[in-house]
Amino acid sequence: MKILVPVKRVVDYNVKVRVKSDQSGVELAGVKMSINPFDEIAIEEAVRLKEAGVATEVVAVSCGTTACQETLRSALAMGADRAILVETDAELQPLAVAKLLKAVAEREQPQMVVCGKQAIDDDANQTGQMLAALMGWPQATFASKVAPGEGVVAVTREIDGGLETVELKLPAVVTADLRLNEPRYATLPNIMKAKKKPLDVIAAAGLGADIAPRLRHVRHAEPAARKGGVKVADVAELVNKLRNEAKVI
Amino acid sequence: MKTLVIAEHDNSRLATATLNAVTAAARFGGDIDVLVAGQGCEGAVAQAQGLAGVSRVLKVEAAHYAEPLAENLAVLAQRVAGEGGYRAVLVGATSFGKNLAPRVAALLDVAAVSDVVAISAPGRYERPIYAGNVMVAVESDQPLDVLTVRTTAFDAAGNGGGAAAETVAAGPDLGLSRVLGRELSKSERPELASAAIVVSGGRGLGNGENYHRLLEPLADTLGAALGASRAAVDAGFVPNDYQVGQTGKIVAPGLYVAVGISGAIQHLAGMKDSKVIVAINKDPDAPIFQVADYGLVADLFETVPALTTSLSAG
Repeated sequence: MKILVPVKRVVDYNVKVRVKSDQSGVELAGVKMSINPFDEIAIEEAVRLKEAGVATEVVAVSCGTTACQETLRSALAMGADRAILVETDAELQPLAVAKLLKAVAEREQPQMVVCGKQAIDDDANQTGQMLAALMGWPQATFASKVAPGEGVVAVTREIDGGLETVELKLPAVVTADLRLNEPRYATLPNIMKAKKKPLDVIAAAGLGADIAPRLRHVRHAEPAARKGGVKVADVAELVNKLRNEAKVI
Repeated sequence: MKTLVIAEHDNSRLATATLNAVTAAARFGGDIDVLVAGQGCEGAVAQAQGLAGVSRVLKVEAAHYAEPLAENLAVLAQRVAGEGGYRAVLVGATSFGKNLAPRVAALLDVAAVSDVVAISAPGRYERPIYAGNVMVAVESDQPLDVLTVRTTAFDAAGNGGGAAAETVAAGPDLGLSRVLGRELSKSERPELASAAIVVSGGRGLGNGENYHRLLEPLADTLGAALGASRAAVDAGFVPNDYQVGQTGKIVAPGLYVAVGISGAIQHLAGMKDSKVIVAINKDPDAPIFQVADYGLVADLFETVPALTTSLSAG
């Protein structure tokens, strides 16, 4: 089976983000960008399925500016076979990305789309579900285990009360949670090899999708910082403070 | 400004998150309908009818709603929301709501707004991004918005209502997915996401045995729910549903006791709205102390039993 893995270029998870002084967004100039960590888990899962002989081809896809080629090269270095950049300089919101991915999925006809459950920049947690809706495919979000079978895939999901296993008819969308796997580090030879793997660039405008933003993000602000309190010397002082000062017990 | 709340329930009871979503819906200032789709869901319907502020309960009974699968629920919600003239569809930002809401939004061809923490007017929302390090004001001129609402940001709706229940025709059974099984954590303790007191443990506990041996008596003494950092869950001390943080549960109890938790940014994102935070950690430089109201730099293996004893004596 062919697996399509959408990947997003985001601010690296180690970066402490700063709001721009005009509140229009966060400062991205000179900031380290990386592949979204959840998408890395998705790539890893797809590559493992290929190594297990279940998947035949892993195609990474990203939507955005030409800089996303770097993100796609990271996916290729981890083991994806080829990559597609849907290029646009426009602001892309999750519904728009889902529409672009739908156009790619219709061309590529994958049996499974595996993506990260959310991106660590907008924390939206929407794109996979939206793509599944637009394709009329079943979905399994928050996956911690993926077991493809004959025409179906069994997915264990992390839900609020514990774990749930669902069976989806293929084709389907699966979104990766933290504990699905531990992504490998790309080795230097694989990074070199990735430079030679095919990377197609398609103009987003040519896909005929309505990608206009539906929401306006008008004002960004850092939340009121919680001020650190006091250090207490021992258990007796802690209990005394909780009882008589905070009055929470 | 009519709104539709999609109920999360187990057929007999509503999830607490649905009560929070009703309160959020009240911010729109119009009638609130609650959609309860299930099989044998009279209990959940009756509870929804009794919620203060609810105008109507839309009851949908069918075998294919026995399990809360997004595929079937989304096409039903699409029809009900599309025909009803609603300004917004709301659902709690739980694993149920996060799974369902974007699917509903895409079917309606509208954007979804995730994890809403404030609603100042219809189409004017606030939500956290970058793991809660940035708050963004979101404006929408869509005819209909689909929202997931952060449960800790809205009080649970109380009782005292007397809404009518109307039966609504079921949607199709798409037959795309089915539930094979569940492994749910059973606990006599309060639910983590809505508990008044949370005792949470991290990697500093060393192993799962220590976690249970030290934290359970403390939680029992305080009547607290148990939580954990991602590090503790990844290390296998406790199951995934204990995780507090950006990608786990968001909690805002009156008292949060962090034991052996260093305070990674992803963890702070899940608990920094707690009213009072206590941190016990032997590392005086642990970031958790920057948000803690009361910090105790000490060996948790001695401190936690002493704290439990001191509290039970008192």
